[in-house]
Amino acid sequence: MRVVLAEDLFLLRDGLVRLLEAHDFEIAAAVESGPELARALAELEPDVAVVDVRLPPTHTDEGLQCALTARRNRPGLPVLVLSQHVEQLYARELLADGTGGVGYLLKDRVFDAEQFVDAVRRVASGGTAMDPQVIQQLLSRRAADDRPLARLTPRELEVLELMAQGRSNAAIAGQLVVTERAIAKHTSNIFAKLDLEVSDDDNRRVLAVLAYLDQGR
Amino acid sequence: MTTDTKSGSPAGRMRAVALAAGRGFVLALVTLPGAVVLFVLALLSITLVPFGIGAYTTPWLLTGVRMFADWRRVLAAEWCGVRIPSTYRPVPKRANPWARTYAMLRDPAVWRDLRWLQVDMTAGFVTALLAAVLVFYPLEGFVIAAGLWRPFAASGGYWYGFVHVTDQTSALLAGALAAALLALSPLAPRLLTAHFRLTRAVLGTTQGELAERVRVLTETRKDAVDTSAAELRRIERDLHDGAQARLVAMGMDLGTIEALMDKDPAKAKQLLAQARQSSVDALGELRDLVRGIHPPVLAERGLGDAVKALALRLPVATEVNVEPGERTDAPVESAAYFAVSEVLTNAVKHSGADRIWVDLHRRDGMLRISVTDNGKGGAVIAAGSGLAGVERRLGTFDGVLAVSSPAGGPTMVTMEIPCA
Repeated sequence: MRVVLAEDLFLLRDGLVRLLEAHDFEIAAAVESGPELARALAELEPDVAVVDVRLPPTHTDEGLQCALTARRNRPGLPVLVLSQHVEQLYARELLADGTGGVGYLLKDRVFDAEQFVDAVRRVASGGTAMDPQVIQQLLSRRAADDRPLARLTPRELEVLELMAQGRSNAAIAGQLVVTERAIAKHTSNIFAKLDLEVSDDDNRRVLAVLAYLDQGR
Repeated sequence: MTTDTKSGSPAGRMRAVALAAGRGFVLALVTLPGAVVLFVLALLSITLVPFGIGAYTTPWLLTGVRMFADWRRVLAAEWCGVRIPSTYRPVPKRANPWARTYAMLRDPAVWRDLRWLQVDMTAGFVTALLAAVLVFYPLEGFVIAAGLWRPFAASGGYWYGFVHVTDQTSALLAGALAAALLALSPLAPRLLTAHFRLTRAVLGTTQGELAERVRVLTETRKDAVDTSAAELRRIERDLHDGAQARLVAMGMDLGTIEALMDKDPAKAKQLLAQARQSSVDALGELRDLVRGIHPPVLAERGLGDAVKALALRLPVATEVNVEPGERTDAPVESAAYFAVSEVLTNAVKHSGADRIWVDLHRRDGMLRISVTDNGKGGAVIAAGSGLAGVERRLGTFDGVLAVSSPAGGPTMVTMEIPCA
């Protein structure tokens, strides 16, 4: 799987290259600035891009803008955005086109190599990887005035949180140490209580949940 | 705004006249009772200072007077583009009532306020009322002329201006007078402007008071330096007790792991997990600290998006309306951001509102921000409160803060900062 990586700090870029190569990814390019990233995304056609939000030369949100532009030119281009801070505002922009293949994680998440690599793979295959902090913010905002959400059991809320992060039923089952059947049951309960359309497609399911949590704001 | 529409189409001009009349009416309605009550109470309170009670009521009342004046300053800029600088000296924060009263009574701006109240309840009231009368009174004349005079005819007629209406002829005369008055109504916007010019003449500072301006600058500068020194101390303490301590613990754990690796791999593994958690915690603390110093979104996107991102973090539904435009100087953006943040925090904590609106736009070299909530109202700029802190912080940039918060709500906080 070919990866384009954009990160301006040498140590972190080097570390990410080694981490990804150790997990059998091929690094198509590892760049350190916005213009280089834009060129690499346009020319190299990677399977997935791992991008830091803040890049030279402006040190503003250059990385995010590059990623959004690249996705406009090539809809569905899988992009995993990394940042020192997560904002719902940015998450919303990334999810806006509704095509999936999007990840948005705190940089701290690379500490857990297994989970991080899993997130990269998930995004590359068109799935979603949202940072737990984004989901918690969404949930705490919605919880204040959302009646359907209040009807969920604590366990269902737990499942909803993991589902919104983009985890599959199998992954959620593994994390909560229960069977996949149990999770499937929780999921259909959640969808019924929130009045969402049930979908077999994992990815569409995640996007529906995220849209539900973010609506009306 | 009247200045925008003055040169426009007839319809636009008519709208401007009607708007000026409406505004004049509102002003006339508020100024007379407001100015009279505030002036009498303030005078009474100052007289009572020697008896002790006054020391407690005076700072409170003078703050009320100041809010009343600040409200007028905002209206002057918003409605007629008349800028009235606000030059109050900062009120000592944690002083006792006596010291606060003394400091406030030594401020020439406070005496200017009191002088202005007398002008406002007389000439100010008349100019504002006249702007409304020029438009509304002719309407009455037309209605009389159209036949409403009849019910009055039996009980001795009706006085419209100087015309005594008893029959159709005199009623038509009243109509003619109304038409003549209506012809004068395009003067309404000018009368309203005159009202605010008058306010500026009394409230504003003159050339001779440059010295006063220097005093204000010196004090706000001292405030700014004090605040930033306190901020630096807080940051130092946070780093020292937080991230720094965690890194020390992490280094220690790593040293122990090195020693245990061969002897007790299981224990080493457990310590590794602990070291990793320390690094996660340290990062989390650094992130919070950075957000307090200069929020990342502010650096990446500017004020508008930073306020939007802030709104998304609030537990109360918040609508942010930003007029797109070029970015303002970083220090002004930062001051504005933290001011909005404090006002929003206040609203969430105390107002009990379930909706908040933030409006942010630049006009005539001024950054104007209003935060409105549908809560229970009653917010005041009391010494030591969050709003007083915002006022001080904006003071460094010559910004002003006005609060309108009647009991029962809604609360509207307006801030203005020069950003040319």
